[in-house]
Amino acid sequence: MTRRSDRTTIYLLLLPSLLPVLVLSVFPLLRGIYLGFTDARAGRNVEANFTGLDNYKELLTDDLFWNSFKIGLLWAFGVTVLQFVLALGLALLLNQQLRFRGVARVLAVVPWAMPPVVVGILWKLVYHPDAGLLNEFFYRIGADGLRANWLGDFSTALPAVIIVGVWAGMPQTTVVLLAGLQGVARELHEAAAVDGASTWHRFRHVTLPALMPVIVAITSLDFIWNFNSFGLVYVLTAGGPGGKTMLPMLFAYEEAFRYGNYGYAAALGNVMVVIIVALLAVYLRRRLREAN
Amino acid sequence: MLGKPSRTGRVLQYLALAGYLIFLGFPLVWLLSTAFKPPRELVQLHPSLIPSSPTLQNFVQAFTEQELGRAAWNSLQVSLASAVLTVLVAMPASYALARFKSKLGTVALGWVLLSQLFPFVLLIIPIFLVLRQAGLANSHAGLVLIYVVWALPFALWMLQGFVRNIPRELEEAASVDGAGRLQVLRRVVFPLLAPGLVATALFSFISAWNEFFFALVLIKTPELQTLPVALARFVGIEGTARLGPLAAGSLLATLPSLIFFAFMQRRLSSGSLAGAVKG
Repeated sequence: MTRRSDRTTIYLLLLPSLLPVLVLSVFPLLRGIYLGFTDARAGRNVEANFTGLDNYKELLTDDLFWNSFKIGLLWAFGVTVLQFVLALGLALLLNQQLRFRGVARVLAVVPWAMPPVVVGILWKLVYHPDAGLLNEFFYRIGADGLRANWLGDFSTALPAVIIVGVWAGMPQTTVVLLAGLQGVARELHEAAAVDGASTWHRFRHVTLPALMPVIVAITSLDFIWNFNSFGLVYVLTAGGPGGKTMLPMLFAYEEAFRYGNYGYAAALGNVMVVIIVALLAVYLRRRLREAN
Repeated sequence: MLGKPSRTGRVLQYLALAGYLIFLGFPLVWLLSTAFKPPRELVQLHPSLIPSSPTLQNFVQAFTEQELGRAAWNSLQVSLASAVLTVLVAMPASYALARFKSKLGTVALGWVLLSQLFPFVLLIIPIFLVLRQAGLANSHAGLVLIYVVWALPFALWMLQGFVRNIPRELEEAASVDGAGRLQVLRRVVFPLLAPGLVATALFSFISAWNEFFFALVLIKTPELQTLPVALARFVGIEGTARLGPLAAGSLLATLPSLIFFAFMQRRLSSGSLAGAVKG
């Protein structure tokens, strides 16, 4: 069907898009993967040598990396799970004929519209030890003992940061789940109700299975986004206090741009990609098996 | 949808909704309140939720002495350039993807998904090296290039959907009437594509406006900093009284995307965007 001249036209039309994508995203990606197997360092005239798996051997014995890796998993799982549970609850509520639904709908979208840096700043204001909303709230209800330096304290920093992650990512998840809910056929519910199924039963056996494809898609994406997130925590704690919120991406950033260890940082990036892909593969396989 | 709940059920539902409203809303109220508080109220031992004598002083201060003004201007330039360039580059390609059968459409979509998977840390070093070789590191031009490239896959995918919605018959009718190919594109396709082009430009503008990581790594000269980076640096400066200008600047930095979301609200709530995730 396509004639020769057509083919030329297609390529001419595509060229302005393809060229920059090849030069500035496909090539860097491949080069980045390769860098992970070299000892590349910052500096203009530094030679990079291929070192095979040396970087990975070093990673295996690097306590700071393992620590950051654990924090990264806690963060990514914590945020994704809480995001999902809270978003599902909100989506179910918004799907009902409730008053103030409009307000909730608008409020549920606003955090999504905020730049991550602004979300970070916003919550820094909420957690502020002296001028923060949270501490003031505890003071007003007479629970002065609960006041804390939320982002500065070793024990509260990670949970505090996770809550911000949930707040920032919940809106998108809610909107997607709500759209999914509205796609669940009403007739199915009515049929189930006629058969005498309880609310919980209908949710468990009608809504949830119908919603499953949407749930799998959004939780997978959320997990990837959370695992790779950077700006939010960079602004909130920059990895502190004492590395308690040092997510892998922050760790890699420091390695690359504070210490100039490009090769090592790239290796860390490679490991992260492999881990995300492996975790997603397990998750998606289990879901697929359940669906069959 | 879950049937008529009992009275207690309703009460529980409203309690839950109130919980959500507090969790989602109060931090926003606090940002607003901090932005409008005069310094005296900011350093108060027990700050109030509503400023007793609201002022615009923080906004003025943020944009004069704090150099956020220049950063906002930088952000505006970079985001506008990214939006225009993305549309210009994506327009012909999306037409080709929509009108000619080709595997490239699938490849583009695949790339959108794949690129989500890779942490920016892995890409930033080689990108930095490429840009440095081209003499574009530490420049707005380099930043714009990166933003266009990263907005492109999604922009292409979005735009080719808009092209598909234009009936092919319209084009054919026009060419039967003797219009040349370019004329058909200009007179028939382009006007019908306008909403899609606006949506694509807005998407590209907002992603550039909000972007933090690339701007943080690539721009070294303080005079060239974009707004998110300037705001993030501003956080480090101690002193409770400075929280006011910080909040004011943050609020203004949110405006463009807030307008965008208000604009897209219909599409968002109707769920047409959810299809993007269903896969």
